[in-house]
Order: sequence, then structure tokens, then C-alpha cells
Amino acid sequence: MTTVAPQVEIGRSTLGESVPRKEDRRLTQGQGVFVDDVKRHGMGYLHFVRSPYAHAHIASIDVSRAEEIKGVYGTLTGEEVAALTDPFFQIAGAPGGQIKDFSLAVGKVRYVGEPVVAVVAETRELARDASELVEVEYEPLPALVDARKALDPEAPVLHDDAGANLMWEGVYEWGDLDAAFAEADRVVRIPELHFHRFNSTPLECDGALVEYNRGTGQWTIHTNNQFPGFAAIMMGPAMRTGLDKLRFVTQDIGGGFGNKITSHPQLVVCCLLARKLNRPVQWTEWRTDFHLSMSHGNERWFRETEVAVKDDGTLLGFRTKALDDAGAWLRYEPLGGVIWAQVTPGMYRWRNIRVDFTQVATNKAPVSPNRGYSRMQHLWFTERVIDIVARELQLDPVEVRKRNYVRVEDMPYETPNGCVYDSGDYAQMLDIALDLIGWDSMNDRRADAAARGKRLGVGIGSTLDSGTNNFGQSRLINPELQFSGNNEVATVKLDIFGEIVVTLGTTPQGQGHETTAAQVVAEILNCSVDDVHVRAGHDSYWNSHAGFSGTYASQFAVTGLSAVKGATEMLAAEIKKLAGAVFGGVPADALELADGGVRIKESPDAFLPFMACGAIINANNAGLPDDLGVTLNCRYVYRPPFQVPDVERKFGNLTLTYAAQIHVAVVEVDPETGYYDIVDYAAVDDCGKRINPQIVEGQVMGATAQALGAAVHEVFSYDEDGNLLTPNFYDYHVPHALDMPRLQTGYVESPSPFTPLGTKGMGEGGGAGIHAVCAAIQDATGAVVTTSHNPYHRVWELLEETA
Amino acid sequence: MEVTVTVNGTAYERDVEPRKLLIHFLRDDLDLTGSHIGCDTGNCGACSIIVDGVLVKSCMLLAVQADGSEIETVEGLADGDRLTELQQAFSDHHALQCGYCTPGMLMSATALLRANASPSDEEIKKALQGNICRCTGYWNIFEAVKSVAR
Repeated sequence: MTTVAPQVEIGRSTLGESVPRKEDRRLTQGQGVFVDDVKRHGMGYLHFVRSPYAHAHIASIDVSRAEEIKGVYGTLTGEEVAALTDPFFQIAGAPGGQIKDFSLAVGKVRYVGEPVVAVVAETRELARDASELVEVEYEPLPALVDARKALDPEAPVLHDDAGANLMWEGVYEWGDLDAAFAEADRVVRIPELHFHRFNSTPLECDGALVEYNRGTGQWTIHTNNQFPGFAAIMMGPAMRTGLDKLRFVTQDIGGGFGNKITSHPQLVVCCLLARKLNRPVQWTEWRTDFHLSMSHGNERWFRETEVAVKDDGTLLGFRTKALDDAGAWLRYEPLGGVIWAQVTPGMYRWRNIRVDFTQVATNKAPVSPNRGYSRMQHLWFTERVIDIVARELQLDPVEVRKRNYVRVEDMPYETPNGCVYDSGDYAQMLDIALDLIGWDSMNDRRADAAARGKRLGVGIGSTLDSGTNNFGQSRLINPELQFSGNNEVATVKLDIFGEIVVTLGTTPQGQGHETTAAQVVAEILNCSVDDVHVRAGHDSYWNSHAGFSGTYASQFAVTGLSAVKGATEMLAAEIKKLAGAVFGGVPADALELADGGVRIKESPDAFLPFMACGAIINANNAGLPDDLGVTLNCRYVYRPPFQVPDVERKFGNLTLTYAAQIHVAVVEVDPETGYYDIVDYAAVDDCGKRINPQIVEGQVMGATAQALGAAVHEVFSYDEDGNLLTPNFYDYHVPHALDMPRLQTGYVESPSPFTPLGTKGMGEGGGAGIHAVCAAIQDATGAVVTTSHNPYHRVWELLEETA
Repeated sequence: MEVTVTVNGTAYERDVEPRKLLIHFLRDDLDLTGSHIGCDTGNCGACSIIVDGVLVKSCMLLAVQADGSEIETVEGLADGDRLTELQQAFSDHHALQCGYCTPGMLMSATALLRANASPSDEEIKKALQGNICRCTGYWNIFEAVKSVAR
């Protein structure tokens, strides 16, 4: 790996150092606790009976043969669910908000793999066998698979309650489009671009172990859901219960990438069955179940795009019609209809933009957040536009980018829709990336490839990883919603023997929160990272969570670590206050924390170790001043500085930070077959202050690998009847060790002026690899690349187009 | 059916259903939850273990097929608290994030290094190609294994 020198000085102590991860010891020994590792006496295993049809009426359900089997504990049907629960709260207003979404299909199925009945039995195998005995009679209906046909008058309608397949639509317009197009030398027209359906397929599927306490009426939900705060507000009202009755517990989570946000329907089924059967219920999704039903990424079309440009490549504005395929249910949608607006202009200075956004339902699995959620689709679009414009104007894509990038001197930069890009130098990042792949010698390499019968192509992906959501953006979707801002919680305490104990509200899935949180605590308490004990996982019993707690949307380095910083600073102040009293009235500014304790600066022998502090407050506190106000148990809620966006103008800052990525891919295409290799790859990242560079680089690599997989191989494709053609890892090819190209990484550190540590949320990377590969294929083949998914046969088609 | 196996040096005897997969036997019957399940189709390698010296995916075997065998799993790698060189290298090189694929990766790499202490770059990648990781992109896993190779 190549690393490029930082632009800002790294701070003292361990902030900015790659300290070893605390998590690794247990995880390398197989001692992690993942959800399927949790067991309880007498638990039953849950298996879902799923729809074999994309669209059908349920004529009848008969569970009697399944229930007769010895060892089968019981079943749950949609009819029971409809009686015991209310439909899930809908984020959308009308028409999408009128649909009635329950945790099992009621009356009708709307995609292949939709859960229809749940069966619980003594063993996994028995539950699966018994599911085969559940008799469901279906009356098949025509299926809607192509979102572009969803609004045709003859299209089958999924949800009668909504009247049609339109779920949400909205017009976003900023600037003066007429003036921009009048000023333009050229209007570049792009009939249709398509962003395909895939997701990050975390290696661990979804799951839960749910216990019901009959005496207190409380459910304990051991799960790998990555956003318990969201699950709670979905589940509580549906289950007609207060949130105090829903205890969420996680420890190690085997990857999430957004795909584990919307498991609330399955969790409700587990809860209902744990109560009905009076025993713990265990559910672990099978791989095929996951592929059929869980959190596909948003599939999106951009149609009738028009771009206003000057002959020199100056971008004035664009208009497009975005069509989003939500699948069968709105589980987190239609938030994808606004999330993209966090990065409306991409990295560019165009000021006049109109997007007509339409989201429709289809007979496919529901979409939900997937790494780079909704911004990735939009940034792929803006990058495609740049390269198509460059091609049409016969300009160098590098020069078009540099001419139009938001400049370092523009920072902080307010976009046309009111988002404030906090810092960064995109042109410099591009230079670093080009340098890493050897841009200066590219003509020689093109010639060399040609001599070997190959076509070389170079492509750039410029993206933003907007992080720390302002949930007020949901009001641009539905002005009736009462969400805004964001929050995260940490507690830091000093226990009796001086143990420094940290509790987080987050639900990490490999991002090393225990480690980076400890680094921040150690920095403030002036102690060793090894002395800081960060509790693994999340437990809503700990009172260390808030409404938006979780791990999603690139925010831990801002929300999580700022909460840790706040709580630790409170603790440091309390330690000094206590020591001041113990030392007989020494003011706080005369004290300092060092060597695992607190001492008087001028006379360091006057030293009180943390152990003594913890012991005094917790176990030996008689005689302390009445008004001391010290607990050494500090809870801090970090609340980012947000305003409610202007709903009328669809204007406001939608996230707090805007980390940036520039990726460059070099491909060699075999013109005979369309097969191509990625022969060189550079990824340059700027996420502001890096607390632990090794962890940051790991996120950069992971996001890159997922993007390359999506660009070349991964797709959830359906046949015309709505059958998923890639329901397992045989058909859905994710990259293997042999697939990975040579990778060079570089970085720039532009601290965010808006966050307590100068950090920016990161980890999603906006799918830069997809954009870069598309651009490289366009460069190599000379054909306009119109889809985000370019397997070898697709590239062969492109070659045919230009032959 | 009666199944007798030795896992990481400990002998176990259990009555199991003939159709039970070896991975479910290890995880559910013996409570050795270090080996994981990621796919059900033999693609992902999260369940990789060593049976009688041979690297296998334990979701591709029935428990009864393992009767009489000596099994090694991730739980048996470290010597008490002392990590193997390979385990330590995984941490040093940040070769794991969520850690779900890690036990299988470690077993595959362990089997490789036993058979070939000086693998080439290509041999390392081939040895790992049966193990899927969705977090790291494999680059750091490769570096970790390479750092232990002689």
C-alpha cells in the first residue's frame, strides 16, 4: 500500500495512531458472540414459510398438519398478526403511506420469498420440515417486475390501499434552470441511465433470539439489528406496547452495511411467538432467505436527462427524472427519495438542478439502506453525466472534473439546496489518485496494452460520503413527520477499583468502536488505551442510547466519538472536583490528570490514583461536601448543530460532514470477448481527522471491494415472473481473494470545522469503485456506459455497439 | 446415531440425527460457536475446519460422516491466551473487521501454511479463494498470511 503524506499535523498521543483493535483478541479466537451463538434452555427454532409467487391472493392457509408433528411448538399466520398488531408506521404520506404493512403477508403476497407463516420447532431441521407441511393455497396474479411499467394503466397494482403503484413523488428544483439552459453552448441529452439492484450481503445473515418475560411483559431481543432505535419505533406502536417493554441486546455483528436496519418485521414475529408459545424463539435467516427478502439496494433509473454545459466544459446545471424501484414494501422508504439530496451537485459547482423523483412499488424484495444508500445512486449518475459530457465535448474527463469541482477556497461550500460541504480539496485528491496509478505514463501503457491486443481504459469516481444525518430531511418526504436532528450517547464511569468503563449506544459491525472510543477516552484522561474498558455491543437496558442510536450512515466518528468525548470531559472535570475537595480546596485548574490518577501540578507528590477516586465516591463517601455533585458516572448526549430544513424550498443542511473519495480504475478489455481485468486501482480518501488510520483504511478497502463486486458481478436479477435468479452465493458472485486488483491507497486529512474532533463520518465511500469502473469501461470501449452493472457479456455488447 | 469425535483434543460422544450437518453439530450440540455459517451452499468458507488433517467446509459434511475423526477448529488454535503467529498477524494487519469470516480464514490459512510454509502470492490467494469476506476486500488478509509465510 502507498500512503500519501497528510496535509495536517496529526495530534499528539494515540489520536491518529493505528493502535491495535481491542476486538481482535476475541474475534481471532472464535470467542465473539454473534446472534446465532446465543442459546437459551427450551428455545424453539423459527422457520418462515415463504411465498413461491411474486404476486398472488392467499386463498387459504392450513397449518394443522405441521402442528401435528411431534416437536413442533406452534405456528403464526398473517391472520393472527393482523389481529395482534397494527400495521407498521409509514414514513410516507399518501399514497405510499396508505399501504398496510404487517410482519407476515395478510391476504396477499407481493414478492417471491415474502414470509407467509412462521413455524417454531424443537430443531432447525424440524422447523424446516414442518414448514413444508403448511398448506397455502394461492391464486396467482400478474407480476410487476419492471419499475418503468409500474405507472402504466394496465400494470398490476400491488397495494389497493394506495390506489396505484406510485409510492411517493416530489419535485426538487433549485437555481434557475431556464437561465442555465439559455446560457448553455450545448445541451447534452442522456435518454436513460440505470443503477442496478444489489446489496452488500453481509456474511452473517439476520437473526434474533427473543425471550418474553410474562411477569413484566417485557421482550428481550438478542439480535444483530444495526439500528435498534429505528426498530423500536417501528415495533412498539405496531405491537401496541411501550418501548420500555422492548429490550434490544447486540454484541458482535457479522457485517451490516445498512442491510440489517429493517429486520423489524421478523423481530415482531419472533416476539409474538415467544409470547404465544411461552418459550424463547430463535430465528437465523438462511442465506437464500436473505437474498430473497432482505434489504436490496435501491434500483434507480435516470431518464430524459439534459445537461447545460459551456463549450469549455463548464457545467451549468442538469435536469433529470429519477425513478426508484422500492420493491414490494416501504420498510425504510421512501427516504431514498431524499437521502440522495445530501449530495445533490456531487462534487461540482453547478447551481441549477432539477430532479423529478418518483418511487414505485414492484413485485420484488423491499429495498432498504445499503452502504452508500441513495447517495451512491445519485453520485453514480453525476459521475456518468460528467464522463458522458466529456465524451460528447471531446474533453479530458480529468479537466472537466477539475474545472467544475468545488474548490478548496470555496469551503465551507453551500450547495444549491443548502447543504454545507465542510472542507476538502477535491482537485488535490484527484492529483494524488492519478499519481498513484501512474497517470503520466498512461499513453505508454495504452500502447503496451494495444500491442497485446487489449484495450486499456482509465476511469475516475469522485464521491462524497455524507455522514451524520439531519433526520429533518424526512420532512421533505412527508412534512407531517416530527423528526429532526440526530443524537448519540456514551457513558464513561470510574468504578470502585478505578476501572474506566465506557458504554456506547452504537451497534458496531466491525468498525472498531471499542478501540477508537478507548483512544478518545485515553486522550482526555491521559491514561493508556489498555486501561479503558469499552463494553462490547449495545443493550438498551444500559440507558446509554438515544432515539437515533445505532451504527449506520457514516456517523460514529462524529456522533459516537463526540458523545464519548463529552462524557469523558465530564468525568475528567468530576475527578478534578473530587480531588480538589480531598486535597482541601484545590481549584480544578491547579490539577492535572496523569499516570492513572489526578495530581497537583505544582506538587506532583499530591497524587490521587483513579482507584482512590472510584473507591471514595462509590464506597467511602462519608464526610464529602453535601454540594460536591460528583458521581464519577457521566452520561453525555451529543446533538449535532442542525436546523429543521425548509420544507417548501427543500433547502437545508442534510448532514453534518461530507467526507470525500476519489478513486481511479485502470482496466484492460479483451475486445474479442468483453472480458476485462482491473489492472490498477487507487483510492484516495479524506475523512477529516483520522482517529485510527488503520481502521479508516480498512473501511476504504472494504467499500472499494464491495463497489468492484457490484460493478462487475453482483446483481439481484429477476425473471419476468418475479423469480430471483441470484438467491445464493453460487449465482450471486461476490469477489474472492483472487478477484482483487492491485490497490494503492492515499489520503488527505481536512479536519471538519463543524465536529468536536475534526472527524468526518466515513465507511460508505459512495460506491466510487462502481463509478470508476464504468468510466474506465467507457474509456476502453468508446461506448457510452448506461448501466452501473457491467459484467463481461455487457461489455461485449458495448464493443459490438462501437464495432 | 452415535457419533464419537475428538475436537481440539477433547473427546465427545453424542447421539445425533443422521441428517445433521457437521457445522450444526459443532455449534449446537458441542457449543463450539467459533465456526460460523454464512451461506448453506459451501461457497463462503466461514465454517472451515480441519478434519483428520484435511481442510473441509463443515456445512458440506454430515456429523455422522465425521464419526471417529480428529477435528480442529478455531477454538483450538491459540495456546491458552497465547495467539498463534497467524492470529496475531491478522490483528496486526487489520485483516478482520466484523470477524465473522475470520475463524474460517484462519483455518484455511493454517492448513495452507502447514502444507506449504513458503507459499507464493498466488498460492496464498488460491488458498483463500474458498473463503468469502465482505468487510476487508482481502488485501489485508493476504498481507497477514504473507507476513507469516517463510
